[in-house]
Amino acid sequence: MGSNMAENHPVGFQWVMEARERGARIFHVDPRFTRTSAMCTDWIRIRAGSDIAFLGGVVNYILGHERWFDEYVKHYTNAPVIIDEEFQDTEDLDGFFSGWDPEKGKYDVSTWQYAGMEAHGAAGQREEGFEPTKGEGSGHGGHSGGLEHGEPPEEDPTLQHPRCVFQLLKKHFARYTPELVAETCGCSVEQFVDYCEAICEASGRERTGAFCYAVGWTQHTVGVQYIRTATIIQQLLGNIGRPGGGILALRGHASIQGSTDIPTLYNILPGYLPMPHTETYGDFESYMEANTSPTGFWGNFKSYWVSLMKAYFGEHATPRNDWLFKHLPRIDDDNSAYWTALQMLDGTVKGYIIAGENPAVGNTNSRLHRLALAKLDWLVVRDVVEIESASFWYDSPEIESGELVTGDIATEVFFLPAAAHTEKDGSFTNTQRLLQFHWQATEPKGDCRSDLWFYFHLGRLIKQKLADSEEERDTLIKALRWDYPTHSAIQEPDAESVLQEVSGREVETGVFLDGYTSLKDDGSTLCGCWIYSGCFKDGINQTARKKPLWEQDYVAAEWAWAWPDNRRLLYNRASADPDGKPWSERKKYVWWDAEKGEWTGLDTPDFEKDKEPGYVPPDDAEAQDAIAGDHPFIMQADGRAWLFVPHGLEDGPLPTHYEPQESPFENSLYSQRANPRRQQFERPENPYAAPGSEVYPYVATTYRLTEHHTAGGMTRTVPYLSELQPAMFCEVSPELAKETGLEHGGWATIYSARTAIEARVLVTDRIPPLEVQGRRVHQIGLPYHWGTRGLTTGDAANDLDHIALDPNVHIQESKAFSVGIVPGRRPRGPALPRFVEELRKRAG
Amino acid sequence: MSIGDALDRWPVFRQLREGDPLGLGRAARSERSRVLKPRNDEADHVVQSVCPYCAVGCGQLVYVKGGEVTHIEGDPASPISRGRLCPKGQASKSYVQSPLREYKVKYRRPHATAWEELELDEAMEMIAQRVVDTRAANWQAETEKGDPANRTLAIGNLGGATLDNEENYLIKKLCFALGIVQVENQARI
Amino acid sequence: MLDSYGTEAQERVGFFTDTSVCIGCKACEVACKEWNLVPEDGLVWTGESYDNTSELGANTWRHVAFVEQNEPLHGDREVDALRWLMSSDVCKHCTHAACLDVCPTGSLFRTEFGTVVVQEDICNGCGYCVPACPFGVIDKRHLPRRDAPALPLITKQEDGRVWKCTLCYDRLKGGHEPACAKACPTESIQFGPLDDLRERADERLAKLQAEDWNGARLYGRDPDDGVGGFGAFFLLLDEPEVYGLPPDPVVTTRDLPGMYRSAAIAAGAVVLGVVAAFVGGSR
Repeated sequence: MGSNMAENHPVGFQWVMEARERGARIFHVDPRFTRTSAMCTDWIRIRAGSDIAFLGGVVNYILGHERWFDEYVKHYTNAPVIIDEEFQDTEDLDGFFSGWDPEKGKYDVSTWQYAGMEAHGAAGQREEGFEPTKGEGSGHGGHSGGLEHGEPPEEDPTLQHPRCVFQLLKKHFARYTPELVAETCGCSVEQFVDYCEAICEASGRERTGAFCYAVGWTQHTVGVQYIRTATIIQQLLGNIGRPGGGILALRGHASIQGSTDIPTLYNILPGYLPMPHTETYGDFESYMEANTSPTGFWGNFKSYWVSLMKAYFGEHATPRNDWLFKHLPRIDDDNSAYWTALQMLDGTVKGYIIAGENPAVGNTNSRLHRLALAKLDWLVVRDVVEIESASFWYDSPEIESGELVTGDIATEVFFLPAAAHTEKDGSFTNTQRLLQFHWQATEPKGDCRSDLWFYFHLGRLIKQKLADSEEERDTLIKALRWDYPTHSAIQEPDAESVLQEVSGREVETGVFLDGYTSLKDDGSTLCGCWIYSGCFKDGINQTARKKPLWEQDYVAAEWAWAWPDNRRLLYNRASADPDGKPWSERKKYVWWDAEKGEWTGLDTPDFEKDKEPGYVPPDDAEAQDAIAGDHPFIMQADGRAWLFVPHGLEDGPLPTHYEPQESPFENSLYSQRANPRRQQFERPENPYAAPGSEVYPYVATTYRLTEHHTAGGMTRTVPYLSELQPAMFCEVSPELAKETGLEHGGWATIYSARTAIEARVLVTDRIPPLEVQGRRVHQIGLPYHWGTRGLTTGDAANDLDHIALDPNVHIQESKAFSVGIVPGRRPRGPALPRFVEELRKRAG
Repeated sequence: MSIGDALDRWPVFRQLREGDPLGLGRAARSERSRVLKPRNDEADHVVQSVCPYCAVGCGQLVYVKGGEVTHIEGDPASPISRGRLCPKGQASKSYVQSPLREYKVKYRRPHATAWEELELDEAMEMIAQRVVDTRAANWQAETEKGDPANRTLAIGNLGGATLDNEENYLIKKLCFALGIVQVENQARI
Repeated sequence: MLDSYGTEAQERVGFFTDTSVCIGCKACEVACKEWNLVPEDGLVWTGESYDNTSELGANTWRHVAFVEQNEPLHGDREVDALRWLMSSDVCKHCTHAACLDVCPTGSLFRTEFGTVVVQEDICNGCGYCVPACPFGVIDKRHLPRRDAPALPLITKQEDGRVWKCTLCYDRLKGGHEPACAKACPTESIQFGPLDDLRERADERLAKLQAEDWNGARLYGRDPDDGVGGFGAFFLLLDEPEVYGLPPDPVVTTRDLPGMYRSAAIAAGAVVLGVVAAFVGGSR
């Protein structure tokens, strides 16, 4: 679900095909019948934007038919935990959870806590929505706080207590019946029940099942909760931490996982350490206190943090100056890319560096991004080809329409050609958390340079310029360790030396660290990313290991290196039962060897090697020592998987079906239509269509094709790929074509409240209309690869879409929004904005 | 040329000698066909690489001759991909050798209507100066409420999901030290 | 003809393309072009499902057909009964290859692997082979003449010669499998000794039939068909015509031996007549 794996991850899909050939049932639940659907044993069509209703229905089915994996649920999840008595559910408050503050538009999460304490989120305190909560006093302070032996204060192992998580879950999803699912999603009751049965069968000691998802789940105003719903299902069925189980994120860029682990993201530092926040953390102590979980592996937060500061600032970071904490930059609630674009539009962002991304095509409401770029003082674009984000000042649709005039645009633009992957050394982290090193094959030509080269030399030049500065603001840049060796005529920095810093060393001796358990909080170790610690263990580039598959077992532990500690399957202690025995011979993976007194198996056990299954933490235990021997989820403060999330989410402890920002329908469950916590940006460049608008009656959804990649910079420029999908097109059903006069092979103009684009018309039964809430609804499919440049050009689908974001991760809702469609090409020149404006007026 | 050679070049003779009277098999084979070799076998070296497109992380073998990539195909040793590639991965050589690839720095002055050329070193110097100046002019030591900020909100950096870990590491490290907090990548889209 | 290679002869190899696992990714099309440096041949959006390649030709040696149908893949389910057939077509490397028979230059030949290959250094572009192919595979290359190569990859701008799949003759000679088969993510394109492939295909067909797949059949597997069996054969899920393939291809030179015999008799008569005339004339 939420993924079109055969089209977008074809080589990964070979494993799915193999499973099918061995008799597995493979379901594709999707608005469109895609190349993936064609390969699956079953396809269930649903309306874009209705997945939580569907998955919530599965949760209800499992609970209603007593199909959960009882032993797993009782020991490994927080099902027995009792929640605060003041907690109220969306069932009680018609679509809101308790704690909603209508003025701030945020939740106070204090009533979502475990009764008698406050639990810590997995990745420490979040930067946003952090309010002092009533449990705080007992939950902080570096002691075991509210957690006695890492155990929640109140539990009911019989799962009968009305306020235990299990019962709350039952109540929350009780109305997600097959009939409601069918009515909301547009599928049939029979198909849905068949699906539920199949999924329930993929559970238990002998069997597992997996979900594969991609941005079809994340790109919604309630995207995180889509994935949360799947985690609830997989916990109930006992499908996490076991071979053949899991919720597999199919990421779409070569190192999008790596760029999150070692983040080029505003809100985190390497290894998911939160960035300091302007309001939340005044000083070092409060930052440490808020982020150090008393129990679980986040209990070692200080070691991770101090080792990072030593990697960044070397001898300048000391315990006396709190590792330079007071000089560190702070963030606000949202400094994400969309927020930045809006700031750009308002003129507060002056300079922008873009490296290998193309917001002028790839970000939703691309038009807004192009208008924003035109407001910059200076812009640097680094790419292998001249992308639309570099050329907007002379060939964007806004130049054509007259909304922008080249001579009026004051932006100074630098285009720097980049080196390709074959022209540099470095590692990508793939979607399985596997770091794979790739070696340089040829020298980059002309001015082409790696981004390693660009940022290293940029930093070097800036450091030179500021070397004699007395300004306080230059403290960090002067203290920055920036002494990587270079090689070759162009002075390319040595990528392995950077990876060595990421992996970590002892400060005094330079000895390479074995892994994150070697990190110290006294400044004696340095490590650029604690979860990557050990990737250069023993001075060997572990990520460059290429032992062929035919020389290893199926886990292939000696091909490259997975974080953390080369573990291929996270939380794999759950592959054994509470006593440490494999759930079954067939599903054997990691188990307790009683004779040797250690965990062993096919993979690196994701558990302390010598912690026996019967271990009960002593009263004063901290960090991982406070996690019991039968609790596999060691990054959680209570060692369990969370069916109910007391802390860490902005929009609710349980997933709830909400309609998209733009939708033709009311919420079938609550009078609260959409996620109340979603981020909206109502402004002239980003207008929203009113819910149920008759001017924009159809549900549009965007996607990729096998033959292209994202915003097209790496494929519209390649002849052999361009010829395979040489034009922007839209997919519509024969019924919609008839209704609107569209001709197969002709042109269509598709319009939203933002703008209008044109596309060739592909009439196909693969995107059928649906019956939802007793009405017929049409969906329109839009691949989003095209822009004004390349061997094949076309209008950008993202021009149509708005900016409304998920509140947890600030991801836009590009998978479901409202449009209209008419035959023929779109108006050109100034007629285009007039056309769009007239429609907007008509919509009111 | 000996008489034997001359005879050998005479198709009819070869057809008869090689038991291929219709001349459809070996007798028809040209010298080029006889000695034909796959160009992979003539590569100076082969580099184990990773596909630059999606995050499956398929193994690639990059064949190089005379400093140029001559072919890219799947690495059979990879337990992820088992030597297979999708159309994008398989087009990787055409991607690195795209006819639209740029090899020179391009510079557009404010209000200009066309690109102009610029030396790479000069561009680097100019960019470094822009960062220094913009940052100094837009430094925010504290927020309006008086909380420490130590940052500039006037500069942003975008991109990273197509780059290497080592590159992402340097970007974040440098921006952090400069107080540039608006560092973002494709994980948000 | 393989006999002519003596000890050089290899086991006859070919492709078995199992369309029941084809995901329509077109990796085969690209892999083929990348390896064989086949030119890009036009950015034409066809609207024929996801097929913008349309057919095999001089510049397309692998072609994935896409067929959308309102029928279930298995059994007789009626709800959302859709299927999307995808099939990667290629030169069949016929056992009895008409293109080979008619080639007057010896450019087309049967290799030591039993495959049928055009030798680019021999072909003079006469084009006799083009109408001879019962599948429309072989084709003349017409490249627009340009001042400078638009694609640096493609060094040859001259042409007018015929081109088609070589089953990666050069790769075979180096012991590598053909580029398309190597790339195929799901092993829809299988390469190997023809006898093994036929055996595998029979097993596969039996499995699909047991699983109630609709329309499963082998195409070109039978050595007794009109072209003596294909070197590259298929498992299809519908009639061949649905995929744009001829239902019962026959080698177009099937009647040649008979025709030659007749011609020889006629020629003999002419000779006799001429001789008789001379003999008579000398009198």
